[in-house]
Amino acid sequence: MPSVKIARKSTDTDMTPFVDIAFLILSFFIMATKFKPPDIVEIKTPGSVLSQKLPENNAVMISFDSINRVFFTVLSDKDPQKYTDIISEINTGQNLGLTPAEIANFRNIYMVGVPLSGVKQLLGMDAKAVEKIRQPGIPVEDSTNNQLFWWIRAAKNAFAGEKLNYLIKGDANSKYPAFEAVVAALKKNEEFKYNLITQLDGAEASLYEANKAKNK
Amino acid sequence: MASIDTGGDGGQKKGPGVKKAKKLSTRVDMTPMVDLGFLLITFFVFTATMNEPTTLDLNMPKDIKDKKEQTEVKESGVLSVMLGKDDVVYYYEGKLAEDGSNFKSTDFKGIRDVIINKRKDVMDRYVPDPACEAKMAKEGKPISNCADKDFVVIIKPSKDATYKNTVDILDEMTINQVRTYAMVKIFDQEYELIKKTEEFNQAGIK
Repeated sequence: MPSVKIARKSTDTDMTPFVDIAFLILSFFIMATKFKPPDIVEIKTPGSVLSQKLPENNAVMISFDSINRVFFTVLSDKDPQKYTDIISEINTGQNLGLTPAEIANFRNIYMVGVPLSGVKQLLGMDAKAVEKIRQPGIPVEDSTNNQLFWWIRAAKNAFAGEKLNYLIKGDANSKYPAFEAVVAALKKNEEFKYNLITQLDGAEASLYEANKAKNK
Repeated sequence: MASIDTGGDGGQKKGPGVKKAKKLSTRVDMTPMVDLGFLLITFFVFTATMNEPTTLDLNMPKDIKDKKEQTEVKESGVLSVMLGKDDVVYYYEGKLAEDGSNFKSTDFKGIRDVIINKRKDVMDRYVPDPACEAKMAKEGKPISNCADKDFVVIIKPSKDATYKNTVDILDEMTINQVRTYAMVKIFDQEYELIKKTEEFNQAGIK
């Protein structure tokens, strides 16, 4: 009996196209990812049902952590001049006597959390060194010396004529008086509309969507 | 291509004394590379989308000193919600009774029903208001908006409440579609009552 010979095929697959695709996707994601700036303080935001996106430009962010320390951050990647404007106004308004180098350094420091008297020392430091030190937070809870007011006022003047968003990022476990003091500083500047930064809470959010659909 | 053919012996015949070198495969095993690639992809996909923060809009009222300019609300439609220590929610309807008899406590799960019931209660008592209905019709909004126009929730976080509690109660307003709510400072009398209730509860546990 003549047996039929089956040609032996290699079981090796050519992985090359696979690798090509994998790295193509990989490079896409690397490009698309924007790494968030290093967190000087750890803030765990509370959950919420709303899934609105966060404005990331033309904004000031006021953060407070679980032990009620308040920090001030300017978010203006598109127009770096604003950083200079804000710190210059603080400088002249409060007589801090900052050098031009210190003023320029304001941009590199992501979060400011010191009393006005400590600003000069903070801006004299390298951004890397600032990450390591422990900032005491901007004093706010004493209503006669709510220093956040000055920061907000400087930002408001720097962004005059443009839309400025006020982001409030609070730690879920911080106490209410910290939030109240932040709001008081904003109110004193005649600002009444804020964005609270939250994390999307999946289960509650679906309940909300269902509720909304039902009421329609 | 990943595997490069180095071209065999290129046609040159080697002499009889020259040993033929063993031909090694130039193919590289790509599998670990694929593994690594996809591992990185997974990492970037997760970090890119999982950590997106969202925002909750908050509008605060202006501080009005003048009594005449203050907004007046119907007492029957008001629900005051106070936030206390350890995620406890206190509430009362309308005006706080002198003896504090209508001062009740619940938790964040219970407050939803309280809000829903109060709203239903307000809507049941609604007497048609033609002026409001005409206005809603003009603006293209449902007439049902008029029925609960008297329903107001007043949020009063105490100093023992956490920020999470504050956001949770604002969320509750969104979930239950409460259109009119305000966040105001807690009254001393209310804070005293919260303190008393807390003390009472603690004594009960002991």
